[in-house]
Amino acid sequence: MAVKVIIPTPLRAYAGKQESVEVEAATVGEALSAVTTRFSDLKKHLFADDGRLRSFVNVYVNDEDIRYLQKDQTSVKAGDTISIVPSIAGGARS
Amino acid sequence: MSGARLMVSQEMIQRMHAHGVETYPHECCGALLGRDGEGSREVADLMPLANKRDDSPRNRFELTADDVRLAEKTAREKQLELIGWYHSHPDAPARPSEYDREHAWPWYSYIIVSVQKGVARDTTSWRLKDDRASYDPEAIETVAHPAGI
Repeated sequence: MAVKVIIPTPLRAYAGKQESVEVEAATVGEALSAVTTRFSDLKKHLFADDGRLRSFVNVYVNDEDIRYLQKDQTSVKAGDTISIVPSIAGGARS
Repeated sequence: MSGARLMVSQEMIQRMHAHGVETYPHECCGALLGRDGEGSREVADLMPLANKRDDSPRNRFELTADDVRLAEKTAREKQLELIGWYHSHPDAPARPSEYDREHAWPWYSYIIVSVQKGVARDTTSWRLKDDRASYDPEAIETVAHPAGI
């Protein structure tokens, strides 16, 4: 099932400068895995060393935050749009 | 991205300083709207935002995905791009901390304003390297007025 994954502006350089990528997947986790397999340089910006999504990476399926669905096990169907949206954080002292 | 330049008007530098002074001793933050060019980019407008880290605002800032989407929408409406972010370091240098680096995205410009004892001091800009290990400094070029690249 082809789903569309929207790549956020700061990561487009690592995804062939594309705004979106179509992949075959049944879950969000499969879709993100397919995208990072195709564009391996994306991986370190989306996933921490333990393989989990970085805390400031937000993923939506058709505007629904996957944290309130089944996270990376959230099912997707043909025509769904997965959006990767940054949140921004920082601060003076480590 | 070595040698990158960021053009910012004096008026916008003053607005970022004023924001950092206003929220001192807490961190201020906001979005940089502008135009991305070859080797240089220009800040054409600022979008001050509220720091969502109310548990530790003296040394942390956070903006939500909704803030990011709002900043992107506002940039599009002004026919600009969301090119980066600014925040203040109260009583700390205008250099990225390890926490900044861990949470940074590539491509964006990150302006840091050091606010020492309530007075805005240094202003620097940084871009995360591709390998996430460190930053490249981005030279701030102060211009009299925002203009097209």
